[in-house]
Amino acid sequence: MLDYSKIISDTVQDIKPSGIRKFFDLLDGRRDVISLTVGQPDFITPWHIRVAAIESLENGKTYYTSNAGTMELRTEISDYMHRRFSLSYDPKDEIIVTVGGSEAIDLCIRTLVNPGDEVIIPQPSFVCYGPITSLAGGVPVYVETKEEDNFKLTPEELKNAITPKTKLLVLPFPNNPTGAIMTREDLEKIAEVLRGTDIMVLSDEIYCELTYGREHVSIASLDGMRERCVVASGFSKTYAMTGWRLGYTLAPREVTKQMLKVHQYAIMCAPTSSQYAAVEAMRNGDPDVDMMRSEYNRRRRYIVAGLRGIGFECFDPEGAFYAYPNVSRYGLSSEDFARRLLDEAGVAVVPGTAFGDCGEGFVRISYAYSVEHIAKALDRIEKFVNNL
Amino acid sequence: MTDLLKILENDARLSPETIALMLDKEVGDIKKMIDEYEREGVILGYRTEIDWDKTDREYVSAMIELKITPQRDRGYDHVAQKIYNYPEVESLYLMSGSFDLAVFIKGKTMREVAFFVAEKLATIEDVISTSTHFVLRKYKDNNIVYGSVPVDERGNEF
Repeated sequence: MLDYSKIISDTVQDIKPSGIRKFFDLLDGRRDVISLTVGQPDFITPWHIRVAAIESLENGKTYYTSNAGTMELRTEISDYMHRRFSLSYDPKDEIIVTVGGSEAIDLCIRTLVNPGDEVIIPQPSFVCYGPITSLAGGVPVYVETKEEDNFKLTPEELKNAITPKTKLLVLPFPNNPTGAIMTREDLEKIAEVLRGTDIMVLSDEIYCELTYGREHVSIASLDGMRERCVVASGFSKTYAMTGWRLGYTLAPREVTKQMLKVHQYAIMCAPTSSQYAAVEAMRNGDPDVDMMRSEYNRRRRYIVAGLRGIGFECFDPEGAFYAYPNVSRYGLSSEDFARRLLDEAGVAVVPGTAFGDCGEGFVRISYAYSVEHIAKALDRIEKFVNNL
Repeated sequence: MTDLLKILENDARLSPETIALMLDKEVGDIKKMIDEYEREGVILGYRTEIDWDKTDREYVSAMIELKITPQRDRGYDHVAQKIYNYPEVESLYLMSGSFDLAVFIKGKTMREVAFFVAEKLATIEDVISTSTHFVLRKYKDNNIVYGSVPVDERGNEF
């Protein structure tokens, strides 16, 4: 028997599996559980978008596309980002179509980070930035965003985290799991810190269409920021297309040119039929997005009011589709709270610690579920905390 | 406030309290609006979607196309009224195209439906002709796909 621990790369062995995953394993085989855990839309991809992919298959579009994606799709992405967020990127050499937002993040980090470089990662946040940084030989530097700051990254905290080794700042807003957003004023303060440095920004804007009350602003649209930004986004959350695995990067051509090499060798190109579907999504998907956004918004108001009614302190999330209530008043760790809620009340939520140590004291509750489903879960949660 | 109507159309069992939270309005305002809609006949009723095929009820449903001679002054309204007054008639539409009225009815048996068409509809003075189409299968009604039970197929990651 081989001793795999001596064979498998030390870097990979040192990476912890996703804390979200770990919690889901507890769910396996339990049937009475109401889950509020998933991080993907409950809507099925709109039919007209699915039809576009089906037609592409009927027409025999089964070959690789060019490495960066079809010109048609890149042009649509360029038009869309301009129309929605005032960003100007040349479809010819500043856009890469990727396998989900995840690949976009991976491309950016691997292309920019030298061994030993520091990557500043606000937490709580999605789980992938740190491990990908480590795989690239970089050093993740975590910065805690706090409830009293509405889980925004503050310029002071950013300044404190910057060292001569800082290569990259990850800006994951609208944020999973907190639902926090960064307004133009918030971003302007961050931009002020970065101007005149060589620090790059990876702006993960996968939830850019899911903001409630005000429009998302991309940091790349602020003065002098474009040259240092890589915008990563995708189709998963906006068009309910998680399974299609399609995202993209927007970056200055010098950066895109280098990222394209990584993409070329690792991926070749994003799935062809998904790209055809995505063209249709961007051309004719606005009404779908409006419908889904307004539906999420209703659920958001309902769940936040419900949680507060039960007695939770709950930050008002302005983006994504998660509520992030503070559970510390019940005297349990996040993980114990989530575990007991599952065991005793049959409701599954994700402990905040899955998104960084600073998630202690919080749980993530997804509202990508019907109001009826949420109502049942809230009932159970209320009974549970009343018995604590 | 079409938002309120859309929400109710989709799920009439949601309480005014829930809807108020969803729409960021006062409960009192929501109740008032619902009352008003009911009074004005915007909201006409609250029903339940039932897949009768899953029960042991025996029934057939049919759509009957009618050609009509419209009457001076009263157009189609008079004959329409004569038809919709039959409780057997579930829906009645005035249509553009090659026929005039579309009648939807449910009966216990095909015989019963045929009898209704021959005895009740065809005998109305202004009815020129009838054409009866029996429904073989209902795939979708009121935005609900029939026959399937929705399952949340989402994986749990991320």
